[in-house]
Formats: sequence, C-alpha cells, structure tokens
Amino acid sequence: MYGRKVRLRFFFVILILITLALSVFLLVKSLEENVIFFKSPTEIKALSEIGEKKIRIGGMVKKESIIIISKEIRFIVTDFKNEINVVYSGVVPNLFAEEKGVVAEGYLKDKNFFLATKILAKHDENYMPPEVKAALEEK
Amino acid sequence: MFKYFEPNKIFSITSKAPKYVLFLFIVILSIGLTEALILSPEDYKQSHSVRIMYVHVPAAWISLGIFSAITFLSIVGYIFKIRNFFLIAKSLAPSGLVFNIIALVTGSIWGKPTWGTWWAWDARITSMLILALFYIMYLVAWRIFEDKDKVFKVTSIITILGIINVPIIKYSVDWWNTLHQPASINILSKSSIHISMLFPLMTMTAAFALFSLLIFLMKYNTELIKIKNKGLDRL
Repeated sequence: MYGRKVRLRFFFVILILITLALSVFLLVKSLEENVIFFKSPTEIKALSEIGEKKIRIGGMVKKESIIIISKEIRFIVTDFKNEINVVYSGVVPNLFAEEKGVVAEGYLKDKNFFLATKILAKHDENYMPPEVKAALEEK
Repeated sequence: MFKYFEPNKIFSITSKAPKYVLFLFIVILSIGLTEALILSPEDYKQSHSVRIMYVHVPAAWISLGIFSAITFLSIVGYIFKIRNFFLIAKSLAPSGLVFNIIALVTGSIWGKPTWGTWWAWDARITSMLILALFYIMYLVAWRIFEDKDKVFKVTSIITILGIINVPIIKYSVDWWNTLHQPASINILSKSSIHISMLFPLMTMTAAFALFSLLIFLMKYNTELIKIKNKGLDRL
C-alpha cells in the first residue's frame, strides 16, 4: 500500500475539493437571481412587485404577433404559458423572427407591458442545411 | 518503469515526435478547413455564420480538456510527488490558454451578427472568461515562484480552485437561462446538429488537438533541456 503521507495528501485534496464544491454551490445558489440572464414571462407574472431597474425578459416571439408601425415594433414574448407585450424602436438583429427565441432588455411597465431598449436574438441548438429544414417542414 | 522517467530517455522520443505531429496537423487541418469553409452546407437560419462554429466549439472543448488534464496531473503529481507530471502540466497550459482566448474571440465575432451583441454577461460566457483568468494565474505562478516545491503547491491550488469552474461551464446552459444556446452534441441522446456539419466539427477538433500536442511537445522539450543543462540525471 501507499505510505501514510501519500494517503494524507490524498484525503487533503479530496477534502479541499468537497469543501470548495459545496461553498461554490451555496454561493451560486444564493446569487441565482443575478446568474440568470433573463426572466421568462411566467417568472415575471410571479413577481410580487415591479422594479424600476432595467431587466431582461426572454422567450419565443409569438406567431403572427410582430406589428411594425413606422419606427416602432410591437410583438408578444411567450413561453407557451404566459405572454408579455413588448414595444421597441430601433434595429433588431438578423435572426429576430416569429417563433424564434428572443431576449429583450428594458423596463417593465406592468406585468403585461415591456418597454425594450435593446433586442437580442437567441439562437437554438439546432444546426442543419436549408434543404434538411425544408424536408422536415414537408413532413 | 522508472528508467523511462530519465530525461534522456524521454527526450530521445519527444525530440523526434514534433515533425511527425506537425505533418499530421497540416494534413488534418487542410481537410478540416476545406470541409468547414467550402464543402459543408450553410445553416438554414444563420447561413454562413455557422462556419465560425467550426473554430469556436473545438477551441472551447480543447481549452476545457487541457484544464482538466492539468488539474489531474497536478493533483496526482502532488499526492505521489511526481515532478514530471508538473512539467507536463506546465507545458500543456499555454495552448489551453490560446484556445480559450480563441473561443472567446470567435464567440464574440459570432455573437454580433446572430445575437446582436459582442458580449453578454450570461453564465456560459462569464464562466469561460473566468477559466481564462485561471489559465493566466496558473502561467503567471510558474513565472513568479522560483522555488520548485513552492511552485508545485501554488499551481496545484490554482488548478483545484479552477476545476470547480469546469462543470459550471459545461452545465451553465442547462441550469440557468442563458443567451448561449444549450449543447448540440450529447453522448446519450441524438445530437441536434446535422451530420454534414458534424464531420468538419470533428475534423477541426482533431486538428486543434494535434496543434496542442505539437506545442506541448515543444514546450516539454524545452523543460527537459533545462533539466539537462542543470546536470540533473532524473526528474
């Protein structure tokens, strides 16, 4: 068997790893509010009060919900349980489209209305050539 | 077995290896780049931006893999007092840092046309930045501490602190809402990336792994030459 010193060092390392993992877990858990990048409409509905601070909301752009009125763009963000109306004026990313993921940064006016100052498009994990996509849609 | 730990024995192998690795790297990289830039199809949604992924994803994988390897070598080296493992870890680190930075930069270049921003403080991106900081800390520690015993201890501690971050990077996209998309390739389930795009991705990963091996061998040879010059007959 290995010497006493070797075993001691082994337990020392294991102990450090367990202690660190636990403390980091607790730290991150308590900071969860700041770790998440955006809130879903359902999480917004569950808020007890509406803050003045800038927040981010995210979800899918609802089908046939984009309305463009001169410089203003209106759409609905949905997580298929709850919805929020978003108003934004400015440039949207290329990938911004209906039924695609979106993250909006801005101010919550009330639980159904969000005034966005920045729009980010969220990309999903699916990668395929256009022909495959077309074939999938035909099915 | 211990005779293989003699610097001369190791050096006779590692000093010849780089030219073969370099040749293999050039071949695989040529295949990978042709596949990634010319032969592979464009994506249905992001069109040609998808080609950035063939550099971004392998670079991120390699940098995570190298950090895990460094941690493993440091811990085993610390427990069993194997000096050679620390030298291997030290020689591995620079290419890990380079690939980490490549992953961050290409991610940023990809993020602008697709997300609409160069940078976002989401969990995946921030934890990847923290990994880069750990790499820098690790490499700086080797330069600061002259005393061998001290440098082994300090670098081991840095890797143990840094390794906690690695599973956070991996699972950040599953645990929290992030701007970064979740993993496309899973060992257990069907990957959500089309086979025509998977092939260049894997070829580029192999090319980057060979590049890391090449840089590692060159760095490691330097370490061995340093030991030889000091007149030590074993590690």
